[in-house]
Amino acid sequence: MTSSEKTAGPEKMAGSENSLWAVTLATLRKDIRLEWRSKDALNSMLFFSLLVVVIFVFSFDPLAEESRHIVGGLVWVAFLFAAVVALNQTWARELRNQVLDAYRVSPAPANALFLAKAVGNFIFVSVLEALMTPLFVIFYNLRVLGPAWQLIPIAALGTWALVVNGTFFAAMSLRTRSREIMLPLLLFPISIPAVLGMVAGTTAVLTGDNPAHFYIVLLLTYDVVFTTACLALFETILQAE
Amino acid sequence: MNAIKFLFAAYIAVWVIHVFYLGTLVRRFSRLRQQMKELGKK
Amino acid sequence: MKRLFPILSIVTAVLLAYALYQALVVAPADALQGDVYRIIYYHVPSAWTAFLLFFINFVASVQYLASANPSRKAAAKWIVIAVGVVGIIVCFLPQVQRQLTSAGMRPSAMATTVICIPAFYFLIGKWFPGQMLDVLAVTTAEVGVVFCTIVLVTGPIWARPVWGIWWAPGDIRLTSTLVLWLIYVSYLVLRRFSNSAQTQMLAAALAVFGALDVPLVYFSIWFFRTQHPQPVIGGGGSMDPRMLHVLLINWVAFLCFAFLVCWSRFRLELLHREVEDAHAMASLAGPGGAPAKPSLPLHRSAP
Repeated sequence: MTSSEKTAGPEKMAGSENSLWAVTLATLRKDIRLEWRSKDALNSMLFFSLLVVVIFVFSFDPLAEESRHIVGGLVWVAFLFAAVVALNQTWARELRNQVLDAYRVSPAPANALFLAKAVGNFIFVSVLEALMTPLFVIFYNLRVLGPAWQLIPIAALGTWALVVNGTFFAAMSLRTRSREIMLPLLLFPISIPAVLGMVAGTTAVLTGDNPAHFYIVLLLTYDVVFTTACLALFETILQAE
Repeated sequence: MNAIKFLFAAYIAVWVIHVFYLGTLVRRFSRLRQQMKELGKK
Repeated sequence: MKRLFPILSIVTAVLLAYALYQALVVAPADALQGDVYRIIYYHVPSAWTAFLLFFINFVASVQYLASANPSRKAAAKWIVIAVGVVGIIVCFLPQVQRQLTSAGMRPSAMATTVICIPAFYFLIGKWFPGQMLDVLAVTTAEVGVVFCTIVLVTGPIWARPVWGIWWAPGDIRLTSTLVLWLIYVSYLVLRRFSNSAQTQMLAAALAVFGALDVPLVYFSIWFFRTQHPQPVIGGGGSMDPRMLHVLLINWVAFLCFAFLVCWSRFRLELLHREVEDAHAMASLAGPGGAPAKPSLPLHRSAP
């Protein structure tokens, strides 16, 4: 089954007009299908997310007056850890079945593979966030004092910021010892402005003290800059021996 | 004159860091030269 | 060449001693901070040196990535020239001039900084062909981290007696420096933990990411500060010209010192690669026999 999955992509796209999107969608569909069938990673990730929320609830008193000010940070730190665990096994399946070698020699554009992985991770991490958020709302008795709709672009842009760089660095870490620790080591420093934007933006919306517009613009700029950089340099990373 | 303590602490810290780094360079140099000598003998 | 190093070492030592004398004795005491402000004469030159080294690393990394194939190389060359030309023109546009002067910078100073980008690019490309680019990259990264560590150590030591706190998260300069330090430490870790033949490419890509990140870090903290006012560590505003004079003397001394350290690290890296190649040749030769001449090139040579 794996070998037919392996060759389905390149054969399908030979001579196709919009090869980038066709390959991206094909790879994405394959990933979602495989993930849905096995559900291993999905279930363990869900439970891990729940555990993280519970640990935070015990560590940071939900009834404290200041909790509304720090919840933005707590939520995003929880999402960050969940995202790292999810990102670490981005390429695990490809590595196990020598898919990357097949991709290197195929005429499929490298960016298609990257986009498919990144979008797949985005969907996955968004699902985790959607499941963790009600838990935070319940445990911390959250009420949004600012414009609540702004949380959607903040969450979407913030998640994409983590996922796009995370997918890229996960591919980079494949060539290193201590692969699992290498990913957060590379990802966290680069993500600092995005994390600041996410946390400050979320806090601004929750407390209603400040406008969150600049943070949304910051996240948008970050996403544009790094998505471009990842797309430009992914081929180089893929070709690494 | 408590503040002066910080001034000297800073200056000393700077040179401690530089000397430490130069020390690591010296150590790596001698280790490599040793390896080169061993390879030359083979 | 061999004579040059000891001579330069002595010159640098003298310069450093002179700079220290200037910093501790000649420079006038600060009206507000007294004598403790003299930390600035080690703090700021180290920062400028670290930023210069990281900038060289960035340029070398971009060149290294570009040198992968000729079309990329040509494209990079034109982009760099365009950046230089456009940058200089922009500096002298009236709207931009107004912005710069309100931020306390002169347009000519900005233009000089902008022209450094293509200047460095072409000089480094000429003086460090092929693999030398990568050796330069790892050298400047490591020495840059050392100087950056000094900035991060002296900053809080200075802040504590003057402002009563070790660290202010909204202090834009120190926090940006911390992020820069983290990025380059992760760069060095990637180099050490990666054992593939293309480590150098991966590291160069990371350096580019880091460079893209720095302005974003700066602006994110800048805006955060406007909403959450914080104390500024490290002083700001104009400086007594005598103090500026001493600052520049110290900077020149530390630049010479940094140059010597980089030269040593560069030689160390060359020796390291020589030893690795010798190891590889020895294992190619097999037991006994003279080492075989390798049929495949072991180096990536300059195109």
